[in-house]
Amino acid sequence: MTAAVLQRLAAMMPPGRFLERPEQLAAYESDGLTAFRVRPSAVVIPETAEEVIALVRFCHAEKLPFVARGSGTSLSGGSLPVEGGIVVALNRLNRILRLDPAQRLAVVEPGVVNLDVTATAMVHGLHYAPDPSSQSICTVGGNVAFNSGGAHCLKYGMTANHVLGIKAVLATGEVVEWGGPSRETVGPDWCGLFTGNEGLFGIALEITLQLLPRAECYHTVLAGYRTLEQAGDAVSAVIASGLLPGAIEIMDALALEAAVAAVHAEYPPGCEAVLIVELEGPREVVAADRERLDQIIAASQPVEARPARDAEERMAIWKGRKSAFSAVGRLSPDFIVQDGVVPRRRLGEALRRIGDLARKSGLRVANVFHAGDGNLHPLILFNGRVPGELQQAEALAGEILKMCVEMGGSITGEHGVGMEKRDYLPAMFSPDEIDCMRRLRAAFDPLGIANPGKMFPSAEAPSLQHHGLHPLEKAGVISRE
Amino acid sequence: MNTVLTPTSAEELVEAVRSTPRVIAVGAGTKPRLSQVEAVRISMAGLRGIKEYDPSEFTFTAAAGTPLGEIADALAERGQYLPFDPMLVDAGATLGGTVAAGVSGPGRFRYGGLRDFVLGVRFVDGTGRLLRMGGKVVKNAAGFDLPKFFVGSLGRFGVLAEMTFKVFPRPPTALTLRLRGGSQILSETANSRFEFDALDIAPGETDMLARLCGPEAALKTLSREIFARWPGEIVSEDPWTALREFRWVNPGASLIKVAVSPAKIATLEGLRCHLSAGGNFAFVSGEAGELDERLCKAGLSGVTLRGEAPLWLGVRSRPAIAQAVKQALDPVNRFPPLDD
Ligand SMILES: Cc1cc2nc3c(=O)[nH]c(=O)nc-3n(C[C@H](O)[C@H](O)[C@H](O)COP(=O)(O)OP(=O)(O)OC[C@H]3O[C@@H](n4cnc5c(N)ncnc54)[C@H](O)[C@@H]3O)c2cc1C
Repeated sequence: MTAAVLQRLAAMMPPGRFLERPEQLAAYESDGLTAFRVRPSAVVIPETAEEVIALVRFCHAEKLPFVARGSGTSLSGGSLPVEGGIVVALNRLNRILRLDPAQRLAVVEPGVVNLDVTATAMVHGLHYAPDPSSQSICTVGGNVAFNSGGAHCLKYGMTANHVLGIKAVLATGEVVEWGGPSRETVGPDWCGLFTGNEGLFGIALEITLQLLPRAECYHTVLAGYRTLEQAGDAVSAVIASGLLPGAIEIMDALALEAAVAAVHAEYPPGCEAVLIVELEGPREVVAADRERLDQIIAASQPVEARPARDAEERMAIWKGRKSAFSAVGRLSPDFIVQDGVVPRRRLGEALRRIGDLARKSGLRVANVFHAGDGNLHPLILFNGRVPGELQQAEALAGEILKMCVEMGGSITGEHGVGMEKRDYLPAMFSPDEIDCMRRLRAAFDPLGIANPGKMFPSAEAPSLQHHGLHPLEKAGVISRE
Repeated sequence: MNTVLTPTSAEELVEAVRSTPRVIAVGAGTKPRLSQVEAVRISMAGLRGIKEYDPSEFTFTAAAGTPLGEIADALAERGQYLPFDPMLVDAGATLGGTVAAGVSGPGRFRYGGLRDFVLGVRFVDGTGRLLRMGGKVVKNAAGFDLPKFFVGSLGRFGVLAEMTFKVFPRPPTALTLRLRGGSQILSETANSRFEFDALDIAPGETDMLARLCGPEAALKTLSREIFARWPGEIVSEDPWTALREFRWVNPGASLIKVAVSPAKIATLEGLRCHLSAGGNFAFVSGEAGELDERLCKAGLSGVTLRGEAPLWLGVRSRPAIAQAVKQALDPVNRFPPLDD
């Protein structure tokens, strides 16, 4: 980008909302995938949808790459800046524009924090179902871009299942409005196509979210097992019973150790795995289902089963689970998270193979995952300062992804492809299929200026700065062309 | 044009698409208005059957021409179902036609519609390539979500060959209640603690049909409390099958799906319609001219499934991106435009 273009861009923003000094840019250089770091040319901080539209149109006119950014918690490098491009930071578009309890919906700006939607809706007995573990910081805009998930996807689906309407400025500068208050649409499902675009189509400006009545009652059971396999079998038994739990989660020994250290969670001793199953609904329904669940769990031979006796105990169970990510971070200087999916019936096999792969590579892997939908979350622990460990970790991550695809699953259940997994997209899709996706991308963004370098294998605009070879590049996991 | 091509495999489907400059896929013809265009017809009847069904995964994969009834039966055998109440099952509607038409039923209210249960598609694009998008597992975020886009796309962007769906365990019992108050109590009932499965108003009725699902013991207790709040009674005969099959629509009359929101249901007042899913969509039968006017005024839209009415009613926005996406998937205009 030339100095003249930068100057004109600066002129569009009031002072303080255009950042270009290195110390100002530092905070935006990476996202939740901390191994990557790219310094953008500038960061702009719009406060209104009109400003965002003007910025995107400017970028279009100048062929200037831009990366939309919510809270920068992407675990796949989705919000990593682009060399020579700008970052559009959307945190100040954080108004809940409308809360409509009668129709059970909220219209929000993209910078609204996920948890704030539920916090606002709660007084009406409503909630916003998608609950990524990062929900207290991540934004709805980021959730929409990544079709984020959470612990309750088995019953409630992902972000896309809760998006009713989207107003967006596309990378061409066109402003579109799709859907609205109705839960149904007429004609193709544009909101469905836009959700999960990973920032490659444009910037969402206003999102209509469906809210659901808060479940009146929960029954949450935590059960400890001697082996991971037993915990996996218990999941199969719950599924086979015909119950539809709101969540089914598993944590392995290393994840448990981490949660104990970080938030003083307490688990049955001597367990290699802990299973969490949660039922929810009207109290009469939960009371009836709970009996069946308790029988199934008892029959699965746990070391111990602990039903939460009150809301506080339930919160404690979830606190342990949701803190597991960052907790594992404390066990090790560095870690990488994968989120591949395998068919549920092959969970046991997948975990065994991950264990074998880990042993072979000499690295520790912690597993915390959404067992109900086969969505693994292996956390690969390593020390970036030990020469070769990052490469080993990346190689191991790649093996795990390939295993997921081989088993008939997916390379990502909810974190998106981003920068990190872009070279694995061809493991899932044929060249024709990737070509089809590229054509779609080009329809929304013919210039390739919206978050270039992400999702598609290597070929697009280079995204990494020449600070020497990035360790991931040395590992052959990412490359620039 | 009376030509009908009858492929019996995905490969033959590719050939069929490539063989002629303008094609449209047809299923069982239960929503004939959608394919009433100048084009060679590809009958999907020969692409039939469930390819994979694994109850423990909550997923199945079936060819596009598979009748919904065949799927419902296979699922029921294993205690599972598609919770959105697929329509026109007895009439022989196919899975592919249902997706392309974007027609969900009353059960859409609780867990979502077609768009929320379709996981993956195999389709032939306008250049005659057989492509797979989405996945076969219940959770997948890799690549763009074209499977959702195909819901309601009317065969104008590609021919569906095969689809993978998520399914749910079927609740042990269902109970239908008739509640006084009809549209007046829509939002109260929808927001209540009871977690209704469906909230509908049948044509010509003013009462609400509310369906509760769950363990039998719980439903009894719940219904007592419900009646204390909204007077009504248990419906012993099944009202849903007749609605599902559109038995209330006169032969030859038009049938239009309208996406509405609970706050705008007054738009449909006095019209012959089945208001469904807590006031989120309606099937309307009758004179299209007036409906069109009312929808325009209210900012709503509809699509004609049967009869001679125009394909689209009410407001219609066709942003430039719609054409660009059409070009991306169908650069040679092999399929009719959306507005045909
Ligand atoms: C500790 C931790 C736990 C996590 N747990 C989960 C989990 O359980 N489930 C899960 O799914 N994810 C999880 N994540 C990943 C992450 O939080 C999600 O991907 C989240 O949606 C990102 O939101 P964000 O606001 O941080 O977006 P960012 O990281 O800022 O951006 C993410 C992507 O969205 C794009 N984007 C942002 N705003 C817009 C917009 N308005 N319009 C268009 N594109 C936009 C960006 O360009 C980027 O590609 C976790 C992350 C962390 C750090």
